[in-house]
Amino acid sequence: MPDNPPPPASSRRRFLAAAAGAGTALVAGGARARTTPDPHITEIQDWNRYLGDGVAAHPYGKPSKFERHVIRRDVEWLTASRESSVNFTPIHALDGIITPNGLCFERHHGGAPEIDPSKHRLMINGLVEKPLVFTMEDLKRFPGRMNRVYFLECAANGGMEWRGAQLNGCQFTHGMIHNVLYTGIPLKALLDEAGLRTSARWIMPEGADSSAMTRSIPIEKALKDCMVVWGMNGEALRQEQGYPLRIVVPGWEGNMWVKWLRRIEVGDQPWHHREETSKYTDLLADGRARRFTFIMDAKSVVTSPSPQAPLVARGPNVISGLAWSGRGTITRVDVSLDGGRNWTTARLDGPVLPLSLTRFYLDFDWDGRELLIQSRAMDETGYVQPGKAELRKVRGLNSIYHNNGIQTWLVRPDGETENVEVS
Amino acid sequence: MSRFRKALLAAFAAALVASPAPAKKAGLGRPALPEEIAAWDIDVRPDGAGLPPGRGSVKQGEALYLARCASCHGEFGEGAGRWPALAGGHGSLRGEAPEKTIGSFWPYPTTAFDYIRRAMPYGDARSLSDDEVYAITAFLLHQNDVVAADFVLSKENFTTVRLPNEAAFYGDDREQAERHFWTQEPCMKNCKPDAKITGRARVIDVTPEDGNKGLKVE
Repeated sequence: MPDNPPPPASSRRRFLAAAAGAGTALVAGGARARTTPDPHITEIQDWNRYLGDGVAAHPYGKPSKFERHVIRRDVEWLTASRESSVNFTPIHALDGIITPNGLCFERHHGGAPEIDPSKHRLMINGLVEKPLVFTMEDLKRFPGRMNRVYFLECAANGGMEWRGAQLNGCQFTHGMIHNVLYTGIPLKALLDEAGLRTSARWIMPEGADSSAMTRSIPIEKALKDCMVVWGMNGEALRQEQGYPLRIVVPGWEGNMWVKWLRRIEVGDQPWHHREETSKYTDLLADGRARRFTFIMDAKSVVTSPSPQAPLVARGPNVISGLAWSGRGTITRVDVSLDGGRNWTTARLDGPVLPLSLTRFYLDFDWDGRELLIQSRAMDETGYVQPGKAELRKVRGLNSIYHNNGIQTWLVRPDGETENVEVS
Repeated sequence: MSRFRKALLAAFAAALVASPAPAKKAGLGRPALPEEIAAWDIDVRPDGAGLPPGRGSVKQGEALYLARCASCHGEFGEGAGRWPALAGGHGSLRGEAPEKTIGSFWPYPTTAFDYIRRAMPYGDARSLSDDEVYAITAFLLHQNDVVAADFVLSKENFTTVRLPNEAAFYGDDREQAERHFWTQEPCMKNCKPDAKITGRARVIDVTPEDGNKGLKVE
């Protein structure tokens, strides 16, 4: 009886080779007919005979050990230090639209600090009638508490792919993203409490960590839909997601969602700080650079099949993927099996919310031929996710951020799936 | 009270809440004291707003830089290993491998002052005095050929210093430059004659495997 979890997804090559060697290569059609009875049915299993864990065994539960390959992973060579680095959500192994808290990718610039919430303060100062200081208790007493599902995508998600196919797996090429239900209050309520002066044009959230992250946000966005939150998916923010407080900037690049939020300054012009000059500006081919590229454009990726989640059988299969747009609601996702020559409109399933991950499916029969799978998202503004070549035509190869080009997976006849680029 | 009257009252209350009158204060929080604002509000803008009193010379900055910064950023700001380069890279922005340093890329020198003051040295933030931040900033400006070796940077003369790449930044223009991505009806059938594979990630093969965290790229 196999007591080992499935091999980590990054070992699929070895796994497939071993599977083929054991004579359990790709199966055609539906379930195989058996000639001998299945011992998993005919023999009494341990779990059918002995008692399982008692209710007090796991005061805070974890996933089954058979799911222990579903974890955040990092790519060590990407950055000089683990404390200013990134890891990746295992989107190849998830379904639906909500990212489990323990799997939400992390991006820190000075590590994830451990902050005692009783010592945490939020200050509002600058162009306000009355600069204020709040405790966490104050914030949780505010009227107008709200819950919203939003995606948070790192501006650099897919950034390693600007020059070509580099990393094998949507966890690595598209996994700087998560989507959770946030609980908090509208930022507007806090700004109203302090009283904005008429000259207020920008705000600047600042973090309490050792990178003291700062970004400039236009006041219109701050008043429209930004939130100050302490909850994610029904519980407190995780330490690595800003516990006890972070700002939510729906649809805009993840860098702006300042964690461990301790201060919001109101000003009449942007601050041009490091994270909006040296970083998070987009260098174009002519040597000039776009700044304040806040919005994350419409994007999608097929999460299965993908390099970490190959096809294992011919016949009925489900193409599953995610689509999202920082400009609004996803209205349609098309899927191609032939590298973009022909497209079929996929089925959106589950909640379809603005500025949120949206799940799509395409059921299909695989006859074992080679596939070049792509997905193409459209949002309510009429924006159609472009191909990588179309993006490069406008931006060149050096803009690092905001790569929302169409991803191609090559599915080989043995089911193994690769990250490729097609003409 | 009749149900009708109740509904009327409820509607009246809702109308009150929705009125555009000044937002009702919750009465939460307390006024921030000047000392508290001074302790946290240390940010600096390109127009010099927020600069503290103080000054520092290139020469003072060199000694401080060698002691506090050079182990990661290199003796000349060239960057050690994977750590960021702070100087050099001039004229590289249109090339194959742009080197984006303070001198070659950053638009404003105040950004360097602000960032060093709030977040550097890495792992020991907020440990430099304002004069020390002025001095290190002066040294980095000198390493980038922006100021002379005898320069003394201060709150008073800061905004006279300009970086060469200031004019190369412009606002997000995607809705004009990428207008063609807003195509209401994308192609669905026979969109191109052929789809040829032009690149494969497994040829590059840098994806982490178990027990092998991937290539170190220096």
